[in-house]
Amino acid sequence: MESKEVGAETELAPNSGTVFQFGTEPALLIRTAEGELRAFSAICTHLGCTVNYDAESKVIWCPCHNGMFDLHGRNVGGPPPRPLPEYRVNLRNGKIVVTKGA
Amino acid sequence: MGKLSSPKEPEAAPARKRFSPLAWLEERIDLAPMKEFVRHKAVPVHKHSHWYYLGGMTLFLLIVQVMTGILLLLYYQPSESSAFESVRFIMTQVRFGWLIRSIHGWCANLLMALAFAHMFSTFFLKSYRKPRELTWVSGMLLLALMLAFGFSGYLLPWNTLSYFATMVGTNIAGAVPWIGEFVLRFLRGGESVTGATLTRFFGFHVAILPALTGPVLLLHLWLIQKQGMSLPVSVEEELRRKGTPPASIRFFPDFLLRELMGWYIALAVLAGLAALFPWELGVKADPFAPAPPGIQPEWYFLFMFQTLKYIPAKIGAMDGEVLGILGFGLAGLVWLLVPFIDPGPANSKWSRRVHQAGVFVVIYIVVMTVVAYVFKEAR
Repeated sequence: MESKEVGAETELAPNSGTVFQFGTEPALLIRTAEGELRAFSAICTHLGCTVNYDAESKVIWCPCHNGMFDLHGRNVGGPPPRPLPEYRVNLRNGKIVVTKGA
Repeated sequence: MGKLSSPKEPEAAPARKRFSPLAWLEERIDLAPMKEFVRHKAVPVHKHSHWYYLGGMTLFLLIVQVMTGILLLLYYQPSESSAFESVRFIMTQVRFGWLIRSIHGWCANLLMALAFAHMFSTFFLKSYRKPRELTWVSGMLLLALMLAFGFSGYLLPWNTLSYFATMVGTNIAGAVPWIGEFVLRFLRGGESVTGATLTRFFGFHVAILPALTGPVLLLHLWLIQKQGMSLPVSVEEELRRKGTPPASIRFFPDFLLRELMGWYIALAVLAGLAALFPWELGVKADPFAPAPPGIQPEWYFLFMFQTLKYIPAKIGAMDGEVLGILGFGLAGLVWLLVPFIDPGPANSKWSRRVHQAGVFVVIYIVVMTVVAYVFKEAR
């Protein structure tokens, strides 16, 4: 099990995302337009580029080969063959904590 | 003690002669066979003979790459923390450093373009037919080595584009069934693209690839010297009908001077591009930042890149990308073996089919490359 404090809850506006270092890998934290926080591995399941949140079309997007994931990490467009692994998000004293494993 | 006698006693009162380096050398080494070779070497002249210059021009650009590469090596530092900074130093502080790097970057691209043109001219003139099968195969190996040079060199400035290009490129190698996992780790020096990958690619780029290229290039050039230039099929048939030997010019100096003009043109184009459109450095790679929009590999990988975009995620039970990669691997293998696939008489039905397949390959590559540029930003 691995956890990381990503920042204050107030830092991330609705309909936006941020890529952060989680262990040795990049991870993506998003806040949906409805205000829900979710976190995923940011490594595209196609060929390993780092994905980002696309606020305009409200998808997680990989610019390398135009891969698209919905806001549950499911591969919904382009070449990615698998969904993005999802991580748990908790709030602890106003801080966002992302946890992976067990 | 007797006086040692020299093998040649000096002649009595020799006349004072002007010193000639060639004569000096000839007294020591027998240059007669070489002189004979140079005197008799001839190159055929016909309506397609301008294609003969492309190989030499590619060789010239390779020489430019070696020289500018050595100069860059004097300042470049292959580590995650200093690679980008050292290239920036070359471009901003070193006198003419920006020009040398710009030439190296542009020359790599021109070299690939000329190598492709050289390959397709060889293909469509069917110069690979017996007895020149090995020249084709060694040329294809050289092309593969040039692509490897391009791929490894691209990472060295350690900028965002090169970082993700390497991520994708090594992942493609990693998707190959059975050996992929090993190849991926071998190329990256670990799980992900890191400073270890950079150091490794530097080693490939400046030591391993040059060491492999040297012998293959020598073989390629030796075969060409040994067998002479190939005559195109149509020219050969015409000569056979007329019963005349091919018209030719002497290699030295006639062909060589024309070839030098080709080198001169290549140099002019290169210098113009390098001076007017300096090669960019970009933004330092950050492994924990998202890939920038509009990211693309070098143009000579674009047609494959674009194809991968169109292949669906799953084809039957297989990952689409694996199928795509295996498809390109198979296509490359078929292309390598063209002389053995098309060994028959050049006017046979099968041989014409091979020609048509080649036309299709060119159209495919051009269309996919153009599409990749046109729809660069499009989703």
